[in-house]
Amino acid sequence: MALVLNEEQIMLKDSAAGFLAEKAGVPQLRALRDSGSEAGYDAAVWQEMAGMGWAGIAIPEEFGGLGYGYTGLGLVLEQVGRHLSNSPLESSVLVAATLINELGTEAQKQQWLPAIAGGEALLSLALQEGPHHAPEQVTTSARREGDSYVLSGSKVLVLDAPSARHFLVVARVEADGGLSVFVVPADAAGLTVERRSMVDSRAAGALQLDNVTVPADALLGAAGEAGPALERTLDIANIGLAAELLGLSAEAFERTVVYLQERKQFGRIIGSFQGLQHRAAELFAELELARSIVLKALQAIDEGADNLPQLASAAKAKLCEVAQRASNEAVQMHGGIGMTDEHEIGFFLKRARVAQHTFGDYNYHLDRFARLGGF
Amino acid sequence: MLAEALPSLTTDITRGATVSDLEQFRAETRAWLEENCPQSMRTPARGFEDIYTGGRTPEIKHPDQKLWCDRMAERGWTVPTWPAAYGGGGLDKEEAKILAQEMQRISARRPLDSFGISMLGPALLQFGTEEQKKEHLPPIVRGEIRWCQGYSEPNAGSDLASLQTRADDQGDHYIINGQKIWTSYADKADWIFCLVRTDNSGSKHEGISFVLFDMDQPGVTVKPIKLISGSSPFCETFFDDAKALKKNLIGEEGKGWTIAKYLLTHEREMISSFGTMSRESLGQRAVQTVGADASGRLANGVLRQNIAQYQLDALVFAYTMARVGDEAKAGQGLGAASSIFKYYGTELNKRRNELNLAVQGEAALGWEGEVYDGGQLSRDWLRSKGNSIEGGTTEVQLNIISKRVLGLPDA
Repeated sequence: MALVLNEEQIMLKDSAAGFLAEKAGVPQLRALRDSGSEAGYDAAVWQEMAGMGWAGIAIPEEFGGLGYGYTGLGLVLEQVGRHLSNSPLESSVLVAATLINELGTEAQKQQWLPAIAGGEALLSLALQEGPHHAPEQVTTSARREGDSYVLSGSKVLVLDAPSARHFLVVARVEADGGLSVFVVPADAAGLTVERRSMVDSRAAGALQLDNVTVPADALLGAAGEAGPALERTLDIANIGLAAELLGLSAEAFERTVVYLQERKQFGRIIGSFQGLQHRAAELFAELELARSIVLKALQAIDEGADNLPQLASAAKAKLCEVAQRASNEAVQMHGGIGMTDEHEIGFFLKRARVAQHTFGDYNYHLDRFARLGGF
Repeated sequence: MLAEALPSLTTDITRGATVSDLEQFRAETRAWLEENCPQSMRTPARGFEDIYTGGRTPEIKHPDQKLWCDRMAERGWTVPTWPAAYGGGGLDKEEAKILAQEMQRISARRPLDSFGISMLGPALLQFGTEEQKKEHLPPIVRGEIRWCQGYSEPNAGSDLASLQTRADDQGDHYIINGQKIWTSYADKADWIFCLVRTDNSGSKHEGISFVLFDMDQPGVTVKPIKLISGSSPFCETFFDDAKALKKNLIGEEGKGWTIAKYLLTHEREMISSFGTMSRESLGQRAVQTVGADASGRLANGVLRQNIAQYQLDALVFAYTMARVGDEAKAGQGLGAASSIFKYYGTELNKRRNELNLAVQGEAALGWEGEVYDGGQLSRDWLRSKGNSIEGGTTEVQLNIISKRVLGLPDA
């Protein structure tokens, strides 16, 4: 497929940009933070997004979605990154719906996907247990008891946990067996959801599962066989996060260039100093590279490309690197004003690190990229 | 549905060729290549030295090189897309693609590669008069004249526009005095396309003219420069009352900077593509030379990380070249991304060469002898240092991005 957007995609991108600038930009994020919002996003704005079809962009038409593919969702996520817009678009749509679509039975897909596409069902993946993304080290257990499973374990960094109505909990039925995924209601007995307020002003959560009993049909797909679907879901999730980081980095960079064109010191516009010019030019080059790998990886999802794992890790590693550099340079080049809470540039730095960490950071994905490359 | 499927079976008006015409073109091309491409030319050229560049006294490594070039030139296929009126193949994009595919099918090498084809030709097609095109393009197509480029001077490198080589008006010709440097293969070239100063009164960008003249005359002296890599691809070129006919002034007198900029863009695209000639993965080669741990990872973690970073950037750069090409084809114009090619491609190539040294170790440090393949690795590494200097340094490229793309003010 040509590495280029078609007219329909450009229209989607533009309309997302317009909507988010008005309804879910940095001023709204600041207001949510300062008002101590439990969910960390505006539920009414989320309903509008769902009304525009965003929650169903990548969900197949047979399950109530638009069947428009992940390239379309990625374009919206890029705009989400530019405006730092929080919503369940990542937790519920990008991650949970994808996992159900990749792993669920026909009946499970019918049960969940139309409801996610409509914006009513809010689900979130509960995977990480320690300080780092390490899906192979999951220890949460699921013991079979008659027609039920009994889950025990703990989870961290469950995105949008306070507002999620169901969790997709990754566990092992046999301690040395493969991974399984269970749909667990947020109000299940024995489940404690602790809201954790993150540096990016979003809400995540820690789950404590203490002998949580769910019916056997809460198991997505077959027991011990979730590995490949989970891996593909994580690849897709990381590409989506890379798209968000692209928007975030580009916005932080563009705001910084405007500042360089305006700010005067020593009687000169500081953007005339070559020490700053070359750093800005190098960053521009990195952003252009970032844009290419994000588009390539998004298209690879929709094409069912064999090398998706490589492209996913390439995209996430590159975007982690670029977002780190862009957000750090943004604060440095803004100088003192960039250190103040009053100025918006700091919000980009804070969101960048959480998005970078989620589902594997630079170190994780560069290592994986090398491993997949045979060295 | 049927109506939608029909156009591909009938005439595509935009191209003027039918699918069956193209299929016929493919069949004929295949047959012709089978018959005319010598077996010895069905192997890739081994490095720059093995590429046929033509000229009055061509360097011939294999007798079939000239035969292959002559046969292809007869059909204009040394330059398939140039207009037939000037000796080119006159092929449209689809036909040229088929020719390239059919050549690739039998591993046929390009019959001719020269600055005439890659640099002067495109400039003449864009800026030359009908008479100039008729005179100079056909000998380029046939590989009869080898060209060199007279741009840089000892005091006009990155600041090219401050060049001082003088051209004095003598009625129907100019008399040229001055010195060029870094003239690629001037010692082997027949003619030069040269930037000269015809006027000193205006700003430095004004008063520059673009002229062509024969190198085979008493006023031209050439002295090769030996590089740190041991080879001498560049020369110093001296003009002492050299003569250039006025009919060989390209474009208007004093407006040569426009053509120079056009060609520099062209040259930068060529140099930036050096970095993308990908070979086997460095990481995989390193596993052979350094070894792997029990999990299959390269045993040295520091080297592994350096290689992974390089391979990631090389991959992402290749997709960026593809994206810019696709955007241009889709009519979205040449995006700002194209401005990074020269800078990023050459830096990438330098990184690759440094890593190659690190991966190969002792084997990459040899200078001569069969065991070191004539010092190919170390010489390539040394030569790569020039990539970020020639054709506009990395620093100049970053200045251009800062000012033209980001709109940052002058110092």
